[in-house]
Amino acid sequence: MEKDNLENQPNRRNFLKIGLIAGGSIAAGTFAISKILTQDKKTESGIKKTVFTQDGKVFTADQSHLHDYEAPPVSNEEARKGIPNKKFVMVIDEAKCDGCKKCTDACQAMHYTESDREWIKVFKMQDANATAPYFFPKPCFHCDNPPCTKVCPVNATFKRQDGIVLIDNERCIGCRSCMVACPYSTRFFNWSHPKEQPGLADIAYSPERSIPRRMGTVEKCDFCPDMIRQGKMPACVSSCPMDAIYFGDQNEDAVTNGSGVTVKFSQLIEDNAGYRHLEELGTDPRVYYLPPKNRKYPKPDMDAVGKEKNEKKPMDMGDMQMSK
Amino acid sequence: MVNEKYNLKNEIETVREDCLKPTRRWGRSTRIWIGCLLIVISWGLYCYIHQLRAGLGVTAMRNYVSWGLYISTFVFFIGISHSGTLVSAILRITKQEWRRPITRSAELLTWVSLLFGGIMPIIDLGRPDRIANLVIFGRIQSPLMWDIISICTYFVGSSVFLFLPMIPDMALCRDRLSVCDTRFKKFRKWLYTKMAIGWKGTKSQWHRLEKSMTIMTIIIIPVAVSVHTVVSYIFAMTLRPGWNSTVFGPYFVAGALYSGSAGVILGMAAFRKLYHLEKYITPRHFDLMGRLVLALTLIYAYLNLNEYWIPAYKMATAEGHLLRDLFSGSYSTVFWTLQFGTVLLPIIILSIPKGRRPLMLAITCIIIVAGAWVKRYIIVVPTLLHPFMPIQEVPNDWSSYFPNYVEFSITAACLAGIFLVITLFSKLFPMMAVWEVEEGILIEHDKQAAIELRLKREAEEAKTNGEHSGTGTEPIVQPT
Repeated sequence: MEKDNLENQPNRRNFLKIGLIAGGSIAAGTFAISKILTQDKKTESGIKKTVFTQDGKVFTADQSHLHDYEAPPVSNEEARKGIPNKKFVMVIDEAKCDGCKKCTDACQAMHYTESDREWIKVFKMQDANATAPYFFPKPCFHCDNPPCTKVCPVNATFKRQDGIVLIDNERCIGCRSCMVACPYSTRFFNWSHPKEQPGLADIAYSPERSIPRRMGTVEKCDFCPDMIRQGKMPACVSSCPMDAIYFGDQNEDAVTNGSGVTVKFSQLIEDNAGYRHLEELGTDPRVYYLPPKNRKYPKPDMDAVGKEKNEKKPMDMGDMQMSK
Repeated sequence: MVNEKYNLKNEIETVREDCLKPTRRWGRSTRIWIGCLLIVISWGLYCYIHQLRAGLGVTAMRNYVSWGLYISTFVFFIGISHSGTLVSAILRITKQEWRRPITRSAELLTWVSLLFGGIMPIIDLGRPDRIANLVIFGRIQSPLMWDIISICTYFVGSSVFLFLPMIPDMALCRDRLSVCDTRFKKFRKWLYTKMAIGWKGTKSQWHRLEKSMTIMTIIIIPVAVSVHTVVSYIFAMTLRPGWNSTVFGPYFVAGALYSGSAGVILGMAAFRKLYHLEKYITPRHFDLMGRLVLALTLIYAYLNLNEYWIPAYKMATAEGHLLRDLFSGSYSTVFWTLQFGTVLLPIIILSIPKGRRPLMLAITCIIIVAGAWVKRYIIVVPTLLHPFMPIQEVPNDWSSYFPNYVEFSITAACLAGIFLVITLFSKLFPMMAVWEVEEGILIEHDKQAAIELRLKREAEEAKTNGEHSGTGTEPIVQPT
């Protein structure tokens, strides 16, 4: 309910509870915005509810007239500030990831992304010929020393106090400096007119929402701040059937996986020797990885990757090489 | 004595006429040439409008290679723009007399290539309609902002640097206009009068011109160096293998000077041939410029060695994959052709005196300029194809890059734009700084007169002393 959203900043308990409930229904369309008062006459329940309107006025209506309504996007200034007193962090357990790509699918469904744009992409990695191959889901790392926001000439991409790096596509000039600066190839460019589903183009834009997308601007994983504000988990976290992705607040030292299991962040990292990808670059990522020890799934087939790679291009494709 | 003065006057008159002649005639070939350029430009404009409407997706650029031919050309054009400063300012400051007939074309080349170089990143923008954001929300921390500031400064500076020495020539054009039969007489009259800004050639005007030229000469050199340094910073300020290099600033400056000075020679050769300036731009000028290019190529080769040899010795993970691709992978043919064909070969050719003759030098400079352009591409693109994360399961066109017709057309239009501006300029204004060449003749004349006077005196002295010693003293200075 809108009232709940306005009154309660999602504290952890609330956050987890709603996260649990929301788990299944995220893909079902958070953007299916309905009007508060529907036109068709429903049978009144007789239960009156008092809510706040968007501009803060008290409003009483019959419950049947109230619909689950997604909070309007926060203002640009607020979207730039971030959620107070939070420091969002993600932990991805390589031992649990089986490379099913459900996270990618959920993310694409939620953000209405085209299939070639994987804001969270599952790589098949092998650091050296003799080392263990593993699946490597890679969202935006929301670095604390972000190379991308540094080079932006217009402050269209920015770092918030809650750790999230966002893009304001109403300000972006499309120079793509951030794309070449990002060492993780996290950013995508809208090279042509976005193929938006009807109705999406009219949604009120907020950098927290990344929709509607605009031609000639950059987009990337945003850690779903619009979901967080509703007390829900990012789409990738709640959709992971292996519970491989944890998300939470570093200030509270707690992260939660898709099943709603909350663990101590520091303990999780300590017990499993958590690390960050390409630590030597000094970008200070907010995404941690747990090494693929005692895997619960068959390892990725690296030969297939190699073949596929060779078919596409006869040269080295990347720097974390996988195959012989 | 009277005869001598007459000769001098005659000589200056010839210079003036030779310089102004090309501005009076619009031959058929000129019109055809301009027509061709306009066709190329129109097609490029059409492609650009197409790109504006449909988005940058009409180019071959995709998410991995998000900077391509446009940015490479930007770096190349900015590099060419270093020519004017080098030849003009550095030779001015070191008082090289032979600079006089080539300063104007060098300064023009700077100005034009800077103009079109500055357009390239705007063409590359996804949202050129939001360009005002650079002013409204501009962040000084962004290397791109440094580029904009330094390029704008350099553009203003080089405009002044081009314009200042044109003032006396504009007065000359203005004064001579009435005597000759010229096209667009009214327009020209207005233009020359405006551009001469009331030049009468008084002593105080000359004094002020010289003073401001000295100031500009000193100011423009650090500005020019800063420009190419910060152009390199848009690459060097990232963590990307191949770009993450501390030598990038000087490397780009050296590359710019090497390609820019070669560009000046090409301009020299073209105008010498087309406008029959053989009398003024002599093989000696080519020889001296050839030496200059040789020196700059050596510096560039040295920095090239640093840029590749140091990481190649270590072969660190990320860098190693890029270097393997450059040395023995899909870019190896281009890479080694560039290293041997456009760096080493010019060094060999330019070391031989015969290689510095006008024709041979011009051919070498074409190789250098073309090589510099391709080199920019080889700096920009392969790095983008070697990100830290592997390229997996992406559409085929993401994992490779070759510019398509849109990019080639727009880039060709920009190149044609450079040629067009130079052509129009040379058809309106003298391509040699008339007064500077005159000054050179006067200095030469004065030198000659001084030498003659000295010889005379010495001969007289010898005559008076000769009665005592019996031998005449040899003149110390030989007339040249």
